[in-house]
Amino acid sequence: MSFAGYKRKKLNQLKWTLKDAKRHSTLYLFLLPYFLVFTLFTVAPVVVSLVLSFTYYNVFEAPRFHGLTNYINLLLADDIFLTAVKNTFLLAVITGPIGYLASFMFAWFIHELPRYVRAIAVLVFYAPSIAGQAFIIWSLIFSGDSKGYLNSILVETGIMNAPILWLTDTRYMMPVVIIVVLWMSLGAGFLSFVAGLNTVDAAQYEAGYVDGIKNRWQELWYITLPNMKGMLMFGAVMAITQSFGVGDVTQQLCGMPSTDYAVHTAVNHLVDYGTLRFEMGYASAIATILFLSMFLCNKAVQSLLRRVGQ
Amino acid sequence: MATTKTKVRKGRIREGRKPNRSIAGDIFVYFVLILFGAFFVFPLIYAINNSLKPLNEIFMYPPKLFVQNPTTDNFSDLFLLMGQSWVPFTRYIFNTVFMTLLGTVGHILFASMGAYALSKYRFPGSRFLFSLVVTTLMFSTYVTAIPNFIILSKLHFIDTYLAIIIPAWGSPIGFFLIKQFMDTIPDTLIEAAKIDGAKEGRIYWKIVMPIIRPAWLTAMIFSIQALWNNGGGAFIYAEELKGLPAALGQITAGGVARQGAGNAATVIMMIVPILAFILTQSNIIETMASSGIKD
Repeated sequence: MSFAGYKRKKLNQLKWTLKDAKRHSTLYLFLLPYFLVFTLFTVAPVVVSLVLSFTYYNVFEAPRFHGLTNYINLLLADDIFLTAVKNTFLLAVITGPIGYLASFMFAWFIHELPRYVRAIAVLVFYAPSIAGQAFIIWSLIFSGDSKGYLNSILVETGIMNAPILWLTDTRYMMPVVIIVVLWMSLGAGFLSFVAGLNTVDAAQYEAGYVDGIKNRWQELWYITLPNMKGMLMFGAVMAITQSFGVGDVTQQLCGMPSTDYAVHTAVNHLVDYGTLRFEMGYASAIATILFLSMFLCNKAVQSLLRRVGQ
Repeated sequence: MATTKTKVRKGRIREGRKPNRSIAGDIFVYFVLILFGAFFVFPLIYAINNSLKPLNEIFMYPPKLFVQNPTTDNFSDLFLLMGQSWVPFTRYIFNTVFMTLLGTVGHILFASMGAYALSKYRFPGSRFLFSLVVTTLMFSTYVTAIPNFIILSKLHFIDTYLAIIIPAWGSPIGFFLIKQFMDTIPDTLIEAAKIDGAKEGRIYWKIVMPIIRPAWLTAMIFSIQALWNNGGGAFIYAEELKGLPAALGQITAGGVARQGAGNAATVIMMIVPILAFILTQSNIIETMASSGIKD
């Protein structure tokens, strides 16, 4: 089927390729609807934001080439963007790895449970991430007046004597957002781990006992993890996507803009310039920087994961 | 207790308890799961209880976690309240159901067609296309929102249902999971059908689609989750075209007086994706077993 080891003139190759493509023409029809939509709304946005990031564009007039002005302004003149970058990275560095490890740890622990309890446990841990807008409930729990659930508990039990403004006091906003993001972090990656643990061949574990694997940690490192590299990669991609994409939570809980921009993220900044100010060139530069950071982060994690089990 | 010290006798591994597990470790596992399980489930229980509280309990001090005199007043209030607003609550529900339905059906259909071609055949471009899908798994919709706005406005989709429905068809995660799952069904099945004279379209619809049911149910869950929580955002301005989350936002913006109705709306929002997951959980776990990304 493939051309491996088949080195002739390029022209010959091209002919072959075309012939091969023609032979499979029905398949391209199968691909067409999905890839048309996929290209338009998932691939093109990356290209569009890259191109527009070098322009001034307000949707109403044609884009004007602007060189690196957007990037220079972002990095040198926009203090709020630097705050947003700082917040985004702080959130990503904390919620990404913790959410990822928690996803694995809970999946692993759940796997030890008897079968019938497992389904309920999976539901309990996965429900917050699938419940979507339900995280709004945290705004009642962390409500700043004395009727807020947490405040009332802390005041009643005498731990504090005055309610705390969890969602508007800059000292507490970031920790609150981190808690809520972590609460929602057991998503598709977690399910992948739950399923992946089932797929490891029982014979390998039995061989492991015979070979002297002493405890569950050794078993994890030498047998389970190397068998789950694909899932670990998938989970990592999901964790990175989620931790860099925080924006909804901060906006809904702390408002937009949040007090002193204490939890303003890159996504918030992007939405601010894109949908409120219609400075699309500028917003595109922010999106491009986000794309780039996510991509590099993925590459780094990928090379780390290759070392698992060695 | 001392007898639990495990030694593996060759060739005799007991059913049930794994030989290399300590009791202390098991207790630790249960402890951690119960502790964190409580943390994960607490807000949801709080939300449900809140939605059943009569007005005097909502504003009671100190607030109680569990409702004392449960009532469905908040739900009827919600419909009454939103029935009087110029966009009735039922319209928001219709919009959300409509967009979720069309977006999800189109996504499953197109993604499984494309995945079939990529999974079962090697042809020029097939590897490249799949690696493209894997790469885009990492771009969340929040990040692509702005460039998408520009593309949607060029297509004149802004302020129509299409702005939400059509991009949903191209979601990479559903495609990825369906394709990975298809890889696990044997090629001989398809070859056999071909020998019997079946055409590609027939094979896809009559043989492949029934077998990969767990995979498209999974794609369905992810799609429902995304669409059910999409109120229209920046893509739809007309209030009468927006979805439930927009209504929820409106109610909570109404402040203290509407808190009961807001609590009811929160529960309606979260209950549908959770129920969908409960009904399909075993299928999803089956699908996710092939979710690994190979190097």
